[in-house]
Amino acid sequence: MLILECPYCGVKAEETELSPGYEAHLKRFGPGSTDEEFESYMFARKNPKGVHFERWRHVYGCGKWFLAARCTATLEVFGTYPAQTSEPPADLVAKIKAKRPDWKGYK
Amino acid sequence: MSTRLAKGGRLIDRAASQEFSFNGKRLKGYKGDTLAAALLANDQMLVGRSFKYHRPRGIVAAGPEEPNALVNLGKGGRFEPNQRVTTTELFEGLEATSQNHWPSLEFDVGVVNNYVARFLPAGFYYKTFIHPRPFWKHVFEPIIRQSAGLGAAPKDRDADRYEQAYAFCDLLVVGGGVAGLQAALVAGRAGARVIVLEQTAQFGGRAVVDGEVIDGKPADDFVAAALAELGSMSNVTVKARTMGAGVYDHGYVLADEKVADHTPGDGRPKHRLWRIRAGKILTATGAIERPLSFAGNDLPGVMLAASVRDYVVNFAVSPGDRTVVVTNNDDAYRTAIALKEAGLSVPAIIDARTNVTGELPAKARALGIRIEAGRGVAKVLGGKRVTGVSICLQAGEGAVIDEIACDAVAMSGGWSPVVHLWSHCGGKLTWDTTNAHFRPDAARPPLNHDGGAMVYAAGIANGAMTTAAALADADAAARAALEALGIKAKAGKVPEAATVVEAPMEAVWIMPQGATPALKAKMWLDYQNDVKVSDVQLAAREGYESVEHTKRYTTLGMATDQGKLSNINGLAILAGALNEDIPQVGTTTFRPPYTPVTLGALAGEARGEIFQPLRRTPMHGWHEKAGAYMEPVGLWRRPYTFPRTGETHEQAVHREVINTREKLGLLDASTLGKIIVKGPDAGRFLDMLYTGVMSSLPVGKCRYGLMCNEQGFLSDDGVVARIDEETWLCHTTSGGADRIHAWMEDWLQCEWWDWKVYTANVTEQYAQVAVVGPNARKLLEKLGGMDVSKEALPFMQWADGTLGGFPVRVYRISFSGELSYEIAVPASLGLAFWEACHKAGAEFGAMPYGTEALHIMRAEKGFIMIGDETDGTVIPQDLNLDWAISKKKEDFLGKRGQMRNHLASPDRWKLVGFEALDGSVIPDGAYVVDAGVNANGQRNVQGRITSTYFSPTLKKGIAMGLLKHGPKRMGEVVEFGTFKNGVKGTLKARVVDPVFFDKDGVKQNV
Amino acid sequence: MSDPVSALGGAVFEGFAKVREIGPVGMITLRAKADVKGLAAAVKAAVGTALPAVRKIEVAGDRACGWMSPDEYLLVLPYAQVAEAMAALNKGLAGQHFLAADVSDARAVFRVEGAKAVEVLAKLSPVDFAKMEAGELRRTRAAQVAAAFWAEDVGFTVVCFRSVGKYVFDLLASSAAAGSELA
Repeated sequence: MLILECPYCGVKAEETELSPGYEAHLKRFGPGSTDEEFESYMFARKNPKGVHFERWRHVYGCGKWFLAARCTATLEVFGTYPAQTSEPPADLVAKIKAKRPDWKGYK
Repeated sequence: MSTRLAKGGRLIDRAASQEFSFNGKRLKGYKGDTLAAALLANDQMLVGRSFKYHRPRGIVAAGPEEPNALVNLGKGGRFEPNQRVTTTELFEGLEATSQNHWPSLEFDVGVVNNYVARFLPAGFYYKTFIHPRPFWKHVFEPIIRQSAGLGAAPKDRDADRYEQAYAFCDLLVVGGGVAGLQAALVAGRAGARVIVLEQTAQFGGRAVVDGEVIDGKPADDFVAAALAELGSMSNVTVKARTMGAGVYDHGYVLADEKVADHTPGDGRPKHRLWRIRAGKILTATGAIERPLSFAGNDLPGVMLAASVRDYVVNFAVSPGDRTVVVTNNDDAYRTAIALKEAGLSVPAIIDARTNVTGELPAKARALGIRIEAGRGVAKVLGGKRVTGVSICLQAGEGAVIDEIACDAVAMSGGWSPVVHLWSHCGGKLTWDTTNAHFRPDAARPPLNHDGGAMVYAAGIANGAMTTAAALADADAAARAALEALGIKAKAGKVPEAATVVEAPMEAVWIMPQGATPALKAKMWLDYQNDVKVSDVQLAAREGYESVEHTKRYTTLGMATDQGKLSNINGLAILAGALNEDIPQVGTTTFRPPYTPVTLGALAGEARGEIFQPLRRTPMHGWHEKAGAYMEPVGLWRRPYTFPRTGETHEQAVHREVINTREKLGLLDASTLGKIIVKGPDAGRFLDMLYTGVMSSLPVGKCRYGLMCNEQGFLSDDGVVARIDEETWLCHTTSGGADRIHAWMEDWLQCEWWDWKVYTANVTEQYAQVAVVGPNARKLLEKLGGMDVSKEALPFMQWADGTLGGFPVRVYRISFSGELSYEIAVPASLGLAFWEACHKAGAEFGAMPYGTEALHIMRAEKGFIMIGDETDGTVIPQDLNLDWAISKKKEDFLGKRGQMRNHLASPDRWKLVGFEALDGSVIPDGAYVVDAGVNANGQRNVQGRITSTYFSPTLKKGIAMGLLKHGPKRMGEVVEFGTFKNGVKGTLKARVVDPVFFDKDGVKQNV
Repeated sequence: MSDPVSALGGAVFEGFAKVREIGPVGMITLRAKADVKGLAAAVKAAVGTALPAVRKIEVAGDRACGWMSPDEYLLVLPYAQVAEAMAALNKGLAGQHFLAADVSDARAVFRVEGAKAVEVLAKLSPVDFAKMEAGELRRTRAAQVAAAFWAEDVGFTVVCFRSVGKYVFDLLASSAAAGSELA
């Protein structure tokens, strides 16, 4: 059972205090977007074996959504960070690259 | 026969005798006994029957690995099946009965399976019961079900209580043997937070039984000193009777504490399930001795060698006067020596190895014990009990050289480290050729959240097979774990254990190695599930190469002991049959729990009244006293109806509808979701959330709104009120408040985080009462305090004020089509206000009504209900709600989704009303059939019922539903498929306007 | 008008720890970011405490202000003084982006008291109590529902939603049953 540290309140919350929100950094496409764009937003989900970025909500705590980078195979957690960003922080990306030289980046 | 010795017994208190019963027989044991020890002391070797052949089964082991000796324990509310006698502590008044036999343990009809055993090989069920197909369901399965299973399921409600608790530590040590204690000492002295778990009531593991000497003193002294030191450390918790059940991700461990198994009824919880979060986990879980595969190795009286030692040393119980020891290693000689030293006879030690040289054999020889080197057991003699063994050359095929009379056989095939906890979360194993066992591969441990090792195996569990090696290994493992935790260990010396030099063991998987098929068909691997060497070999011949498939085909290791004794032997046989190396074949997957955890412990406190949280409105108690029949709405309980004496629920519901339509109904609407949305960007935000426009809503007014998900499907609805320039109050469905609040926060936090909007879920701050019916205004006027006239408070407006002295907010909204006010009061005044309404309303015919009357009245008015008319595939346009969708807005959640061609298609099923031609109630969910059949030969369909009721107002059945091109087909007669009591039929109905009652809104707009 | 009643009317259970419902207690949800102008002064005016640090609660007698999230505070005060405190907040924060809502009636509040009170909560919440700091307000779950608590006197004050007040009381009572001490 996972433990993720909430970047807002600092609680090392166990999975039962969190609720999952699936893939992070999706770009919303609304009216005016092409079918392909809307499909990418609504349906096309990554499912990597390895580094993955996810949304989690500290639902039984401060109630805030945050983002987490973890390895789906080993469950190693590289870091968590606030949700108010459209891409992972550079220092976290560098940390993951150092640990996983083969990783191709978050995009 | 097995009996109690006159002297000795480390764990028993001869001054405290305890009476217990087995199959109704009253027997005596001592305090400190396990049930197994007490049974053996009373010569009760036969304790059960095997699963398939119903063969007589005796006690084999002395610990949790016991496959045979399962009994029913207790009775009534304390009845528990499948309890292992080897792990059950004796207590005064214990009642046990044997299981899986009929009519009695001594004479069991099912044993007939034994005589037809050659017709019941591996995979028998799969092969035999396939044809003819219908026979499976009606003949074979019922018979198999009848004869399957071990203990009976308890019938009574569990009289005990259970609980769970959370614990946290830096290092969790599983196992209270000398290795575990040494590791705990190292970690405790370093100041780490340590928890030590020991599954039994005693500490010290094998070392104390085997008389090991540590730092020149008996191991018992080391254990006592270690426990005393650990007990004095505030950073260390030591728990006996607590089994480490499973290791999970990120250092999460479940442990089952048997708090009151041995003191039933003393008021304490029976078990406590610990949910431990550990920085690192150290498994000092020891090893389990393996049986040897020789013919008749399942007869009562054949036991594991070290277990025999346990009974003699710990409990002063002799398994028999004459015990033959069969082995492939030096360790079993300890058993022969212990028996001899207890004054018992050991007619022979049969050692499969040709070269027997170690210190222990020398000591045995010195004690005058006959050693038969290079020999094996050809066959165990006897029926319900061992009477002797015939011996043969291990290298041969089983020709009998000699027969030795005995009444017990102590066997040892070597030791397998307990690697379960290491393996639960992915730790890998390595094959150790010297000791012929799998042990943890330190280079491939299970990983933690930081990518480092999560589990450290230590001592015998890590393959360090002597006490000296185990202590050193545990010391090093603890230091490695502490270093990884960033905790500095103190320098210290590893306690030194006196070492007995042992000669290497020799792997023996079949005895004798060239045994004939007849012998192999009597060599048991899995005692509980009756899997023999011949079964595994058959599986291999039939093409089962994967150990996982072989396990399922033969059922090897699938019994309640999960193959603790049989797995390694079984896969060695499979490897032999496949001509492969054991590591190539590999093991099956180790899954938690290590030994069964009772469901009560897993449920913990969640039973009875607190099985799940029930949400109660402030008026809940009133409803219960009024005799309301409650229904679940999410976790809420809401009155479905308030039946009066002699009324059916249906009659009560109809009364409530009629009364509300003609006089006055009162509804507890407190469960309605209420969310405040406030801020400079709140209007803009709500315009994105709702399909309609909320920013233009004037202060003081209400507007009905729809919310869709991004796919465009309708997700919730409700009335929005504009409170002030910056503040809106959004009502949601009863089940939807938390979900919609979370949905709002998601968008505000993750997409539009620069918008200035705050939300607050104030659902529970207010009790809400719907005052509904022609007399509604009269009641409010009688309560008095504010102007509720048509002019002052028209339809779809709200006002703050007081009524009967209560501070209220009154919404003039209607979900019934009647004159209706929804009145919010602070929850702490909710009950008082509800009672005041009833008191004042009595003269106007006030009655409470429940959710079913509410549903009927809204259906009569053609109002949709989220969850009835919607199911996650319905868009507002399907429900003719285009009027609530803004055409002007560039964007709202769901707009792009609704533009997809399938959702924009003119051929979608749309909302209409239906009336059966015969006036009956159309079955819920019924489909409107269409011409032709689909690929599966089923009738094509063109619509379905979403809500259907008998309308007491209109005295006929009414229904709402979705129909292809529905609104264009008014007046058309369509056909529904029905299915009642197994009979297919049809029902004709006319397509009508879904608003059945008061279409012009005359009643609500007064 | 009637007097306000708490969810359970002051229910009490005595086991190895004492559990009692207190209330009604005044509570205000205040949503505002920590850097909003006048926030500290408004909170001071409303409940007389300083603004709490992250995850902390400032207690002053029967009044307190707890940190709930980066933009939310929980104000605790006597029930009868809520209107006054709301007025103080509305005045002190006029013109700022904030939301203050009276939630006094939306909550049930309990005291769990006694030397072993921590054991009652350790059975229900996945919280490492040994690492809880002085003055910490912990939001978590108690078995299956949301809860918040802080240490006060000899024991804890526990807050949950009103509708599940009975569930939480029954949970606390079950955990506090005599004979089920953890150590």
